[in-house]
Amino acid sequence: MYRYTDFDAAFVAERNAQFRAQVERRIDGSLTEDEFKPLRLMNGLYLQLHAYMLRVAIPYGTLNSAQMRQLAYIAERWDKGYGHFTTRQNIQFNWPTLRDVPDMLDALAKVQMHAIQTSGNTIRNVTADHFAGAAADEIADPRPVAELIRQWSTDHPEFQFLPRKFKIAVTGSPNDRVVTKAHDIGLRMVRNDAGEPGFEVIVGGGLGRTPMIGKVVRDFLPEADLLPYLEAVVSVWNLLGRRDNKYKSRIKITVHEHGIDDIRARVEERFALLRPAFTGVDQQLFAQIKADFAPPAFSDRDVAPFDQAYANDPVFRSWADTNLSAHRAPGHAIAQISLKAHGATPGDATAEQMRVMADLAERYGHDELRISHEQNVVLPHVHKADLPAIHSALKAAGLATANIGKISDIIACPGMDYCALATARSIPIAQEIAIRFDQLKLEHEVGDLKIKISGCINACGHHHVGHIGILGLDRAGVENYQITLGGDHTETAAIGQRTGPGFSADEIVPAIERIVDTYLSERDNADEAFIDTFARVGMTPFKTALYGESDKKQKAA
Amino acid sequence: MPAIFTPKVITANALLEGDVVYLAQNDTWTRDLKDADVLTDEADAQIRLIDASTRTSEVVGVYLADVSPDAKGPKPTHFRETFRMRGPSNYPHGKQSEAL
Repeated sequence: MYRYTDFDAAFVAERNAQFRAQVERRIDGSLTEDEFKPLRLMNGLYLQLHAYMLRVAIPYGTLNSAQMRQLAYIAERWDKGYGHFTTRQNIQFNWPTLRDVPDMLDALAKVQMHAIQTSGNTIRNVTADHFAGAAADEIADPRPVAELIRQWSTDHPEFQFLPRKFKIAVTGSPNDRVVTKAHDIGLRMVRNDAGEPGFEVIVGGGLGRTPMIGKVVRDFLPEADLLPYLEAVVSVWNLLGRRDNKYKSRIKITVHEHGIDDIRARVEERFALLRPAFTGVDQQLFAQIKADFAPPAFSDRDVAPFDQAYANDPVFRSWADTNLSAHRAPGHAIAQISLKAHGATPGDATAEQMRVMADLAERYGHDELRISHEQNVVLPHVHKADLPAIHSALKAAGLATANIGKISDIIACPGMDYCALATARSIPIAQEIAIRFDQLKLEHEVGDLKIKISGCINACGHHHVGHIGILGLDRAGVENYQITLGGDHTETAAIGQRTGPGFSADEIVPAIERIVDTYLSERDNADEAFIDTFARVGMTPFKTALYGESDKKQKAA
Repeated sequence: MPAIFTPKVITANALLEGDVVYLAQNDTWTRDLKDADVLTDEADAQIRLIDASTRTSEVVGVYLADVSPDAKGPKPTHFRETFRMRGPSNYPHGKQSEAL
């Protein structure tokens, strides 16, 4: 893992001291709220519905056990004993008071963490594949790239007052687990015909009120050209981006309005100017960063304990079948810890659960943890022989739910239970859907199905790319939920299509049940996933199940 | 004929704690909606809002919220204000726990 240099530590300490003084000046009246707000946002501090909220960066979703324990400590010392993991692989604390935040930031700095650029019109926390460095299907580890981008973008003087926020994701695997096509810039690590490493650069994707699938702006960018090229893209948008209208300010709109060919030409022109300024210092830095991400020493042991538990313990077998993924090293596995126990708040972990996960990572997992954008925790490097012990410890902590990728593994934004921007609640809908399908014992029968819920049009819950997307709106003072079907968050990314009129809070869970029943009766066989059945049969049977035949007949009449 | 004025309360978040507060009749901030001053005159409401908005060392984000007056005090008319008055629905945190 990357370790802070003296420069990094001094930078974070200075920023924290500055923010402490800014908080004091706000409290003593020297700063107005209008002056203070951009300063607090640059340091991850929001004011939400019931309290302040501190969003802490977890760069590329990677944590060690000491960092996870410190998050547990912060949750207990200054919050209400839990934290909420987000779709940008960050963690949010929902209940700090203003005076406590500088102390929280100092506590984070002790374990090389911060909240810088987790908000505001800057380049946000760069996300990376949560299986990075572990996945069997990976070409290269994306985390050194993400760390290089973090160092380049943090406090970058040209990019502190962008037209709007800017999000970058990196994948080193052809199987996209970071939703690159829904980012301002998505980077796919590839190799050219000569076998040289580089990137496919995707630009102009995004969700929100105007969802767009990103477009390829450069199909092969040599590795050494990365930073000047990124700088060219961001600076072209920094000048062109619409500052007159915040709904049109993201780069997806700029790309849409100008066309990808025009943007490409402008970027290439700018890149030609910038490229000579990068004399290779960035590449030396990149080489040092890469060394920090050297793979751990994987042990070669007998997997018999795994096989034995798998054969004899059906609960372990179900968990292993659902929550494990293929690791590149023989005898190893990637284990996902579900933060989606049926009826629990998606993405929440108590301080006690954080400590259990930290202990397991330290003891069995080369001291590494990951946060997925799907709001789960990952033990990326575990030996299969240790899995029965890991599973047993998780079970005791309420963390052994076997539902990764299933209908109850729901992404949900905080919604109107916490968020000042929300138009409806998301969490209770996620809780009710998970409980309902657990009661029906249908979860494993249904198989892979991604439900994603947002409590407003800003789409933090990624509803546009959910197989089933749910969008909560305020319709004349009542919560109302629109459904989209057929969204896809992978390398074949697609925006879901709206089914029709929305449903009330009471009607939405039965509506989801009708959609699932329709899938079960329409699918060719048990191996045809929901998304494939939808692609084959289209919207019609689902519409009929949701709204009946009457709608069609009325229109025909 | 002018539109009928919906009764309102003045609300904001406290600067230090960040929690929801309402303006009481004596111009202090209260944490309890039932102690909020219900404003029934539009001109009066606007003046009180302007005055309250200047108190930036105490509160953030001052605005008028619709209420329906009741024998037991004002009730929110919109669900957002109900959540602000009560707290989140997934944990017994916020005002709902303080009332216990």
